[in-house]
Amino acid sequence: MLLTLVVFSPLAGAALLALLPREEVRGIRRAALAFALVTLVLSLEMLRRFQVGVAKFQMAEQVAWIPQWGIDYRLGVDGVSLFLVLLTTVLTPIVVLASWGDIHRRVKEFFAFLLVLETGMLGTLVALDMFLFYVFWEVMLVPMYFLIGVWGGPRRIYAALKFVLFTMAGSLLMLVAILYCAWRVPGTTSFAYETWLARLALSPREQLWLFAAFALAFAIKVPLFPFHTWLPDAHVEAPTGGSVILAGVLLKMGTYGFLRFALPLFPRAVATAAPLVVALAVAGIVYGALVATVQPDLKKLVAYSSVSHLGFVMLGLFALDRTAVAGSVYQMLNHGLSTGGLFLLVGMIYERRHTRLIADFGGLWTAVPVYAAFFLVVMLASVGLPGLNGFVGEFLILLGSFAHWPWATAVATSGVVLGALYLLWMYQRVIFGPLASEENAKLQDLSAREVTVLVPVVALCLVMGLWPAWFLVRMQPSIDLILRHLALPPVVATR
Amino acid sequence: MIDVAPFTANWQVALPGLLVVVTAMVVMTADALEPPGDRDGLAVLGILGLGAAGAAAAWLWWAGGNAGGFQDTLRADRYALFFTVLLCAGSLLTVLLSVDYLREQPLPAGEYHALVLLSTSGMIFLAAANDLIVLFLALEIMSVAVYVLAGMLRREVRSTEAALKYFLLGAFATGFLLYGIAFFYAAAGSTRLDVIAQAVARDGLTAYTLLGIALLLVGFGFKVALIPFHVWTPDVYEGAPTAVTAFMAVGVKAAAFAAFARVFVAGLGRVAASWTGLLWVLAALTMTVGNVTAVRQRSVKRMLAYSSIAHAGYALVGLVAGGRDGGAALLFYLAVYSFMTLGAFAVLIALGRRGEPNEDLADWAGVGFRHPVLGLSMAVFMLSLAGVPPTAGFAGKFYLFSAAVDAGQVGLAVIGVLNSLVSVYYYLGVLVAMYMTEGERAIVAPGARPCLVASILVAVAATLAIGVLPAGPMELARLSFASIK
Repeated sequence: MLLTLVVFSPLAGAALLALLPREEVRGIRRAALAFALVTLVLSLEMLRRFQVGVAKFQMAEQVAWIPQWGIDYRLGVDGVSLFLVLLTTVLTPIVVLASWGDIHRRVKEFFAFLLVLETGMLGTLVALDMFLFYVFWEVMLVPMYFLIGVWGGPRRIYAALKFVLFTMAGSLLMLVAILYCAWRVPGTTSFAYETWLARLALSPREQLWLFAAFALAFAIKVPLFPFHTWLPDAHVEAPTGGSVILAGVLLKMGTYGFLRFALPLFPRAVATAAPLVVALAVAGIVYGALVATVQPDLKKLVAYSSVSHLGFVMLGLFALDRTAVAGSVYQMLNHGLSTGGLFLLVGMIYERRHTRLIADFGGLWTAVPVYAAFFLVVMLASVGLPGLNGFVGEFLILLGSFAHWPWATAVATSGVVLGALYLLWMYQRVIFGPLASEENAKLQDLSAREVTVLVPVVALCLVMGLWPAWFLVRMQPSIDLILRHLALPPVVATR
Repeated sequence: MIDVAPFTANWQVALPGLLVVVTAMVVMTADALEPPGDRDGLAVLGILGLGAAGAAAAWLWWAGGNAGGFQDTLRADRYALFFTVLLCAGSLLTVLLSVDYLREQPLPAGEYHALVLLSTSGMIFLAAANDLIVLFLALEIMSVAVYVLAGMLRREVRSTEAALKYFLLGAFATGFLLYGIAFFYAAAGSTRLDVIAQAVARDGLTAYTLLGIALLLVGFGFKVALIPFHVWTPDVYEGAPTAVTAFMAVGVKAAAFAAFARVFVAGLGRVAASWTGLLWVLAALTMTVGNVTAVRQRSVKRMLAYSSIAHAGYALVGLVAGGRDGGAALLFYLAVYSFMTLGAFAVLIALGRRGEPNEDLADWAGVGFRHPVLGLSMAVFMLSLAGVPPTAGFAGKFYLFSAAVDAGQVGLAVIGVLNSLVSVYYYLGVLVAMYMTEGERAIVAPGARPCLVASILVAVAATLAIGVLPAGPMELARLSFASIK
């Protein structure tokens, strides 16, 4: 029951918000925050109940849903999804609080959509039935579409449509693949993930096609180079809250999908396709970093840095190495925190100055020292400074990948260097130097609410940087279980 | 070969249809006897009659169905009864959403309701027809009433044009149908579907059968609006009074599909290989052309017309997939389609006024926030038509494409999902207009329209309920389709 509560408590909150009178903006904001916090508390209870050292799904639930097709309402959490669920439940209240200052129009609808989105994300992470997974996967789209399209910037409609059409193009083909697999389960029709893992017997050719369909859906979501073109548009146009959720959680659905579904279900196809995916991942690392370097717009810079950082995650996943994959899962969390934090910081300065151009800033250190300090920590976390979380993830990925893909890893390492370059250079131009402009001198420093928004992000960056073992010990058994499916491809029936 | 068994009526078979006919008579009489003035009572009569007919059909379904009557030219099997309940529900919602519309336009309520009921009776017999002549008669009863309904807005040129166009092309298409029936009579010596099935099993494909199949396809293709027999659809749907458009898009299409599927499955199922390929092409063509053309429309009404063409293409996928699941998916999809389409047209009516139809997408700017209930309902219908979970439209497409994949038609399923992607673009276009743009002028909804809002809410409830809990309705569709053979 606990997982159901975690997944659906935001939806209940959204329904309640819909009933509140539109004018009660303060009440609506507080109710939204309260519901996001309730979900956080429920997810912390989930963390408390989570048994360390158990690889299998825990707190499983199952209710028959469409028995004719073997579709169940089936939930469960393991070491891979555990922290992604927590990332979602941690980021949502932060986003709610951050949006208090950002969203002034149609406040009720904004928070309602945000909470519906949270339900979609949480459901996607804990669904163990492919039909249910697909439902949640698509449910995520609609609220995000509205968040970008209604509350976004000048080109929001274009960006929102592009986001939906790109994502749907991938996911609809995945739907056909899901149907195909469901009918190919020997002796029955089933959509249960674990049944597929245990019993699905596919020829290498079938595997390749099905892997392609799944991989396309996930690659667009990640986004893997060259499927990334929707991302800068979506990020630039989205309101701050939307960007944080998009970068923080939504993109992880792609990498999560690879790890949970595409890798273990189609091991032979993975062996065939891995070189291609690794090449694209490395290309994304370098390309994202180079493009980020030359961006004049802060938000675009962070958006392209996402492409680069997620390239690392993909490299780690397709190294098919227990260390690298653990690093990838860790890096998913890191990226959620640090990039989410960067988007929050960019949003805060945008609210004050109504510009995001790096050239408009400079010398903020003297005007807004608290802001500059928070920015420094989050930026360094994103760079991967030892002692902060980003270092752990990148280090594990590079360490694990090197044995399998030495050349690709060598090139990827240049991405770390470039990452330091463009982030430090950006920081230097925005924060250091002379305080040239009159408007920048008059900037207000962070309010108590904004500090409250940033403190948990920075604290988690430190905690994850200093005590990675506490997290890794909970992830590793489940990761090893998934990799076991890749090491021993099941006997394939020839048809 | 003509059946000379003693005449057996078995009135129970015709009970739901006759209830609707009697209601139509009562409505006409009451309209004539009542003094001029309020005509809402007629709608109540119609709703009661349709409710009774639907309830009778549901009761017969529950009792097992499968009765034949009138020399076995009518079948009250679960297949027919499933459609009867669906058609009664569709017509009931049409009557409900028309009450306010008729008063505002104004349209003569007596004639309107009577014609809707008469047309519904034709649809019910169409779904039950086990004989091509009865099928033809039922089709004409349904169609003639709709020809009149389409032209009811006599002041408007486009309504008159719609009626004339629909009538002329409809008569032409019915000619093809009748010609096809003649070939089947020549091939089998009977117009009864079971006899035709025996003859086809015995003789295989003859020239007569092939010609008959081709001509029937033209006739049915016209009625359900398959590409390339669709050319009338956009103009007629756009010109007809919107309530009538809703009735056509839902009732006429579902009933024509009922007859279409019964003829091809029960009568010609043994030579399915000969027509499956043809239907494959028609399905792919109808989905693709319907969706791609819908993208370019700026009028919501015309967009819904093209979208209804596209949805006929999706439904046809079920027939191509064949087997128990394919047919059941067709039935399920038609039920789902009926609710979401009726709902969408109802919202269109709700946003219009006399002399100010507000059919253009540009008129819808900002509607979502100014009319939250209408906006949210329309959002549900659009997402459902686009096939986004957890709505009924998703469950329907899931069932259809799942049946197609199971039948080895992966290619058609891929064409179907790619078409869904195209449709997402224009359905979301409506959401863009409603929620993401600000109009210069605000649509002012005229006063309270409780009946219209009630019909919209019923459609929303059905769309969401079937989407979240599809297992029950799917089982009904499966049992119903299984009764056909």
